[in-house]
Amino acid sequence: MSEAPPSSPYKSSVHLRLRLFKDRITRWLVGAGGVSVIVAILLIFIYLLYIVMPLAESPGMQREAAYHLPSAEQAVYLSMEEQAEIGTVIDRQGRVRFMSTVDGREISQVQLPVPEGAEVVGFSAARPNSGIVALGFSNGQALVIKLYYRASYPDDKRVITPEVQYPLGEQPVVVNAEGASLDRLAIQEDESFTIVGWTRGGLLSVMRASPEESLMEDEGGWTFERTQGYSDLGDIVSLLVDPSQRNMYLLGRDGTLAWFDISDLEQTHLRQQLAVTSKDTEVRDARFLAGGNSILVASANGEISQWFQVRDEQGVSRLRKIRRFSNDADISVLTPEYARKGFLAGGSDGGVAIYHATAGKRLLRERVTDAPLRLLAVSPRADALWALDEQGQLQFWRIHNPHPEVSWSSLWGKVWYEGYDEPAYIWQSSAANNDFEPKFSLTPLAFGTLKAAFYAMLFAIPLSILGAIFTAYFMAPRMRQLVKPTIEIMEALPTVILGFLAGLWLAPLLESHLPGLFAMLMLMPLLVVLAAWVWHLLPRHFTRRIPAGWEAALLVPVLLGAGYLSLAVSPLLEQWFFGGDMPGWLQHEMGIGFDQRNSLVVGMAMGFAVIPTIFSIAEDAIFSVPRHLTSGSLALGATSWQTLVRVVLLTASPGIFSGIMMGVGRAVGETMIVLMATGNTPVMDMSIFQGMRTLSANIAVEMPESEVASTHYRVLFLAALVLFLFTFLFNTGAELIRQRLRNKYSSL
Amino acid sequence: MREDFGGWVKSGKPWIWLNAAAVSASLIMVVGLLGLIAVNGLGHFWPSALWDMQYRMPDGKVQRLIGEIADRERTTLERLREAGMSVKAYGDVVDIERLLLKTGNRDVSGLDFRWINAPDILSRDTPGNLVALERTEWGNFYGFIRDIREGGELIAEDEAAWHELKPRLERVQEIRKRIRTLERDEIGAINYRLEQLRLDRRRLELDGEDTPEALAAIERKRKELEAAFTALQKNLEARYREIRRDAITMEAMGGERVSIPLANIVRAWRPNAMGLFDKTGFYLAKLWGFVSEDPREANTEGGIFPAIFGTVMMVLLMSLLVTPFGVVAAVYLREYATQGPLTRLIRIAVNNLAGVPSIVYGVFGLGFFVYFLGGNIDQLFFPEALPAPTFGTPGLMWASLTLALLTVPVVIVATEEGLSRIPRSIREGSLALGATKAETLWRTVLPMASPAMMTGVILAVARAAGEVAPLMLVGVVKLAPALPLDGNAPFIHLDRKFMHLGFHIYDVGFQSPNVEAARPLVYATALLLVLVIVALNLTAISIRNRLRERYRTLDH
Repeated sequence: MSEAPPSSPYKSSVHLRLRLFKDRITRWLVGAGGVSVIVAILLIFIYLLYIVMPLAESPGMQREAAYHLPSAEQAVYLSMEEQAEIGTVIDRQGRVRFMSTVDGREISQVQLPVPEGAEVVGFSAARPNSGIVALGFSNGQALVIKLYYRASYPDDKRVITPEVQYPLGEQPVVVNAEGASLDRLAIQEDESFTIVGWTRGGLLSVMRASPEESLMEDEGGWTFERTQGYSDLGDIVSLLVDPSQRNMYLLGRDGTLAWFDISDLEQTHLRQQLAVTSKDTEVRDARFLAGGNSILVASANGEISQWFQVRDEQGVSRLRKIRRFSNDADISVLTPEYARKGFLAGGSDGGVAIYHATAGKRLLRERVTDAPLRLLAVSPRADALWALDEQGQLQFWRIHNPHPEVSWSSLWGKVWYEGYDEPAYIWQSSAANNDFEPKFSLTPLAFGTLKAAFYAMLFAIPLSILGAIFTAYFMAPRMRQLVKPTIEIMEALPTVILGFLAGLWLAPLLESHLPGLFAMLMLMPLLVVLAAWVWHLLPRHFTRRIPAGWEAALLVPVLLGAGYLSLAVSPLLEQWFFGGDMPGWLQHEMGIGFDQRNSLVVGMAMGFAVIPTIFSIAEDAIFSVPRHLTSGSLALGATSWQTLVRVVLLTASPGIFSGIMMGVGRAVGETMIVLMATGNTPVMDMSIFQGMRTLSANIAVEMPESEVASTHYRVLFLAALVLFLFTFLFNTGAELIRQRLRNKYSSL
Repeated sequence: MREDFGGWVKSGKPWIWLNAAAVSASLIMVVGLLGLIAVNGLGHFWPSALWDMQYRMPDGKVQRLIGEIADRERTTLERLREAGMSVKAYGDVVDIERLLLKTGNRDVSGLDFRWINAPDILSRDTPGNLVALERTEWGNFYGFIRDIREGGELIAEDEAAWHELKPRLERVQEIRKRIRTLERDEIGAINYRLEQLRLDRRRLELDGEDTPEALAAIERKRKELEAAFTALQKNLEARYREIRRDAITMEAMGGERVSIPLANIVRAWRPNAMGLFDKTGFYLAKLWGFVSEDPREANTEGGIFPAIFGTVMMVLLMSLLVTPFGVVAAVYLREYATQGPLTRLIRIAVNNLAGVPSIVYGVFGLGFFVYFLGGNIDQLFFPEALPAPTFGTPGLMWASLTLALLTVPVVIVATEEGLSRIPRSIREGSLALGATKAETLWRTVLPMASPAMMTGVILAVARAAGEVAPLMLVGVVKLAPALPLDGNAPFIHLDRKFMHLGFHIYDVGFQSPNVEAARPLVYATALLLVLVIVALNLTAISIRNRLRERYRTLDH
């Protein structure tokens, strides 16, 4: 080597310093980059958790204001508009007062036209979001008004102007033509109005106003129908008409509930009469839950029960008690939320409790005042409450309760939903109408995920493990060099292609050649063993030409032949054993439903996708079993099969197990195959001929449509978090097992 | 000496053969699957014969059917009976052959595919003068050409009309190309600039700088653009008049005469009269059309160029993001971090992230990138477009970022493996010669590990190209109105949604109204995707193998 110029490396300390500086910079940059990537990865977990956390948050409420309401004892109704800025009080003098909820200042007042010589005796509100309320007078008439809040934006600021409208005109309408006092009143509105009045003594008057068919849009008048009848209930607490205006419910103070069918006013009749409280317990209040399908009954012992129509064995609808909620004190008033299946109960101790029917639990209870509560209103967004107590004190509270419908039991347990005959696991996140009860049970999805994974493993484990054993232990090295990349390619195939083939090619093929598939399952092993025996019997000088370790190549034509044969005899088999139509036979003879896109298809397609995962890990584990172990065994006289089973597999079993775990992890998270190869119906059915919906497919289907920060959005994030944790734990477990195994091998 | 059967079974030999069968089955499945896609995908473009059949309908009447045979299957009589068909005529057989006939002419007959029973075909023939037309709407048309007209004037009839068709079709194609340029490029550019002007104006308003002068300047520019727009619009209308000049009259299988404007015809051919050479030429032209044209008719016809383009763009952006970060993280883990239990833990975590379901990344991407990051970017930088989101909606950038996150473990693992294979002696040699750690890294370690990095990036690209589930949440659409790259500044539009081969397969195969018509295209798309991914993987595998060989020689 030539001598370096003496001065060059040490020419200047500036140069050296620059080099060291560069070194430090690199160290710093690499460190920052590396750490940031790792943090980014951590971020996934943290962000998922951050989105999911509000589901578990407990709701809260806090006092915003309290003030006195003048002539409070006259008030019969409280309500609030969308933003909870303006509250409305209606009283027995027919006065509608609009007030600011935050300070009790009166904004405006409307005096309703009360007929001469009559007084307001009954009162009712229709569906809460309609704004329709009715006042019943002692002369048999009723006045229907609509509370309307007009929003305008002068100077980009929202101004809400409350007003009163008269949908049936400013004149009261006649409900009872004979002038009987309407002591209790019920109203519902859709296009037509139904008003029911109850007079002390049991007289029921029903009036229905339908819009007249008219060519001119605005000029349509109303046609009125009236009928009346008697009920034997003495004193009733509540009179309810459901939003469909077909059913009427009377709730007696003694706990008797009478259900009338009023869909046809000429044929109104009693459907059912039953006791809804235990003996001698008085009813305090009864209300519909949002949507008007469920009736909530609050009784004097502080219990609230939920009732709705359920079909019995004969297919007849009957009212059934679905669930009960408890309260700490006597309940004086109930108020349902506008859009959700939640409700509030005000107690005689001044406490307000918030419940959710689907979640089946009380979320919160807070004393808002010391006096018993008389009236209670919740804002349409369920974020504020307005309560009037017996001392005329109005309380305005803010509520923070964004996700009441989610609880451990509603996510994983059986829930009795409205309109269902029994408690069930159901996932149904959205529907067309507003009063829909969201059904967020993750159980059918988790079940579907595990079912898909199970059938995939059923297909993949035998093929991949047996294949791995042969490839690692028996196969000729030259062939192994070919097989391994092929399997690796198999792993890289996009699952969307597997899913497409499964859905559009395999599913119809299996449907038309179902017997052929089962024939193949039996025929293939038989033919393989037969071929092996024949090979064994062939003359040695012939078989010796093909060295050991190429059996797999020899078997390719055998398997192809077996496959072709099975498919070819499929129609014959179908004719002989299944009357020519196997799916039909399954359906009619066995009572097994057959979906074209079923678990069998998913199992095969997803099995195909996980074979390479299991195969390569298991093959690695078997291949790296130290040679001296096998040589020792063979030297002691064991056959190669005995060596394999007793020595190799035993040593490599943790590796094989870890491969299976990785396979399960992959099958659980796979999205496109299940999305395309199943019908995506969230059913709970283990049958191989039925489809399923998995957690991942559900996310792919519903995520784009879910509203940001809604309960649905967060529940989907929860599903993603569950998937993340499940696969992460499984993969970590598999990885740890593999590392242990590697250490074991190196010590052997 | 030969063992008997019992002894043979006891020796475990049959088990070995069964194990071998598992390998063979796996191999058959892989090869069969690739073959299935290849045959179906490539076969579609071949001009198959057009049959002219006399067919006995279920009610006994004889009808003429013209079409291509798209599929065939055997079905048992029982299934047909179950489906409500009369099967008495077929005698005492278990199953019969059924053919799927593509009869085209959706505008005439309402349906373009029908299953027919082979025994009911009374006669069939392939007349040479049968014409197939590929149209811009209503799918293919099969029938006989009767005449060709120019502006309603008869030009030629029957055989002469066919010869007249060719040059006139070429003319129409020229005009069509011109119209496309006008519509997409020129008018598209003006529309884009008009939208930019609107946003400029809004921005001025938001900033309180909407002085009369500024507004007048914008207004002036707008006027100019609108004038240009009107001129182009006139030009376009003239072209449309030109393209509508010619029409041909065709006779469909029911004898109906249909007038088809040449403007609606993409291709015309007589498959039964074509020789092998003609067919090959036609095949190549169709194949080229498939990869270079835009899709038509809800993606069931035409080409997949935007999907190819979108996939490539997304993958390129992703690899730009994933390469530096993946490599830096690997270098940090292997060269700089202290090798303790924490590093081991991180390594396991990184390893396992490769196994986390891709849909989880999609959910994260939608929530964090799109709604959180994108929403904030819109608030800060694009307030003028609000409430219409710019980056606060799924798009190319978020899709690339999400996939980069998804594939970063692949790059880290591959690079780390490469780094760990470099013998210590090389690093120590470099350090002993006085190089700093950074110099050692930059001059010796990284160059030696570069094939490993390449492998990692290629594997990442292959994975990203085939991934669909997360993309469905963060930016892929079934039909993107514009490519993410065009002639309008800033030329590359990261906020646009894009099309993707994998999603195209899902969408056309499962969401399209006419699955039968779309199926061959799905196969062809799948084939393209598989080819790309297999090629990428084979490259990665061969690089890796060569790499291993090299280090084996280094070690000893």
